[in-house]
Amino acid sequence: MRNAFTPAVHLAVTLAWLIVALFMIFLYAPQELTMGEVQRIFYVHFSCAITALLGYCFVFLGSMTYLARRSRRADDFAHAAAEVGFVFCCAVLVTGPLWAKPAWGIWWTWDARLTSTFILWLLYIAYLMLRVYLVNPGRAEVLSAVVGIIGFVDAVIDYMAIRWWRTQHPQPVIGGGSGSGLDPRMWQTAFVTLGAFLCLYGYLVRQRMAVAETRRDLVALRRDIAA
Amino acid sequence: MRSLNVVWAIFVKDLRVEWRSRETFLPMCVFGIVVVFLFNFAFEMAREETLRLLPGLLWIAFAFSGILGFTRSFAAERENACLEGLTLAPIDPGAIFAGKLLANLVFLGVTEAVVVFAAAVWYNFSFLPSLGALAAIVFFGTLGYAALGTIFGAIAANTRMREVMLPLLQFPVAFWVLMLAVDATSDALRGAPRGEIARGVFRVAGVSVVFAVVSFLLFEYALEE
Amino acid sequence: MPADAPQNSKALELRDVSKYFGELAALRDVVLRVEPGEAVLVYGPNGAGKTTLLRTLASLSRPTEGQVLLGGEDVHRNPIASKARVGFVSHSTFLYGELSGRENLRFAATLFGLDDAERRIDAALDLFAVRDRAAEPVRGLSRGLQQRVSLARAFLHSPGFLLLDEPFTGLDAAASRSLEAILARLPDEGKALVFSTHDFEQGAALARRLVAMEGGRVRYDGPLRLAPLESLRIGVE
Repeated sequence: MRNAFTPAVHLAVTLAWLIVALFMIFLYAPQELTMGEVQRIFYVHFSCAITALLGYCFVFLGSMTYLARRSRRADDFAHAAAEVGFVFCCAVLVTGPLWAKPAWGIWWTWDARLTSTFILWLLYIAYLMLRVYLVNPGRAEVLSAVVGIIGFVDAVIDYMAIRWWRTQHPQPVIGGGSGSGLDPRMWQTAFVTLGAFLCLYGYLVRQRMAVAETRRDLVALRRDIAA
Repeated sequence: MRSLNVVWAIFVKDLRVEWRSRETFLPMCVFGIVVVFLFNFAFEMAREETLRLLPGLLWIAFAFSGILGFTRSFAAERENACLEGLTLAPIDPGAIFAGKLLANLVFLGVTEAVVVFAAAVWYNFSFLPSLGALAAIVFFGTLGYAALGTIFGAIAANTRMREVMLPLLQFPVAFWVLMLAVDATSDALRGAPRGEIARGVFRVAGVSVVFAVVSFLLFEYALEE
Repeated sequence: MPADAPQNSKALELRDVSKYFGELAALRDVVLRVEPGEAVLVYGPNGAGKTTLLRTLASLSRPTEGQVLLGGEDVHRNPIASKARVGFVSHSTFLYGELSGRENLRFAATLFGLDDAERRIDAALDLFAVRDRAAEPVRGLSRGLQQRVSLARAFLHSPGFLLLDEPFTGLDAAASRSLEAILARLPDEGKALVFSTHDFEQGAALARRLVAMEGGRVRYDGPLRLAPLESLRIGVE
């Protein structure tokens, strides 16, 4: 029987952590001076953004491991990391405008961070769509590993290029640089929320990997029956 | 070295096949010219604006023509399973990559020359003063772009919607190659100081070389069955 | 199974090879060993796995499980060395339509790093009697002629192992007989021949060993004359 204890514990910890984070977001962190209550969405936005970024790092690690060792678990990991990371990336792109409109009056701007996030979003889509549209699913692992690696290289270049671009084309940094004098309680809330979201990410990836493994077992069973 | 012979043979073969079928190169050129033409009508450009919009226009034309070319490059190999014929041969997959990349560079390079010529005529803009810098930027930018196009072309050829899959893979990844190229082109065209232009060229070259190397190293996996 | 073949450093082997395409098992636990000088017929109904078997032997298809070995060494560890020794013919011709037969062969000669290319090309074209049409673009040739050029391409580098997937398809009677004669000579030249065909009689005339496949498994692997044809459901209609 698959181990049911660890995921259950993981889920419990995740929920508990999320509850603590919620508590901190609404009751512990002070209200921001200029933006008011709507600023609290920042904690979710920030956490999703970091998680989405880390997610692609995991896609990269899984892809590299797969090509080196041809381990199916590594491919499951990369695929799961991409699927869950994509969801978090969507969350960033949704919470961003939701925050920006009341706070600064605009839905969107092509500033450094948003542009980067959008590109990351496209990289996730490219990875996931490739797996869906392959004619021969047997090649999915190898080909998506290649895309995962190139995508990560691009994400790194993107990160560096964006910083360079900002020095060339200074723009008002929307969202406030993270170091722009936040109250320590805000920092604490941000980190607790980030931790909760990472925990959630880990749980979802683990469950997604379990689904992939089960699906593979099912295919193998069907195959044996057909013999 | 035998690999170099193989690279050259694949390169020449691609050129020869294209010369006789003319299925790739002409559509690329026509498409590039059409993009330039459409821009002319979309943006009634005054002289000052020409300078501002031209770099973007050029690279958009190059980018879309390139996509056409990359798709065709591997479509031609699908007929009679020629790509399998290549993988059956005792050659380094990197040699296949290099040969096809060279061919793509030639097709796209000539298309780019045609596009620049059309732009020069239609916008009454002389590229001559900045020709050297422009050539360097276009060369390196095309190198990186075509390297990605070659490996993604090979990957997309395995999918059901390959005409859509290739741009989907290509554009997010090639975004910075294009952006840096546009930026450098802009510097070159408006006669920025040589140091600035040189730095722009280096940036484009740096990013392009990184992508070219990564694509080269990963290409064997794109061919694997 | 050929009785106790010595650890020959030249055999092409499949060890516990399985190939899965999702729910479909194209090959299941296949163990096969081909020595130089053998003539092997791979026979079975459609979908039995013959093509996948040949493609896996040619290292065109990577097994999901198991290993492909040439001379005891895993082919995927050193693909270039093993590909040089294998010639493969399939339903697809691997020919560029815009190029002539000769140009296609010249290209193949460069890929295989062959010296003395023109002489080899002439010899291969003569062998399959297509030399007079070799200057025309392949696109304009009939299926049968294209098949013959494709065969010439496979023979160009004198591979030790010739793997042919239904090579007689598209050939007229004369070309068919000619190919039979060519293939019959291979074992005497110390080469190995592994081929599949729909015509059992034709295959039986050429081969000494039969590998009967069904549902991705090898049902029988041994001398053709000893094969229990009825239980394998092989016979003339």
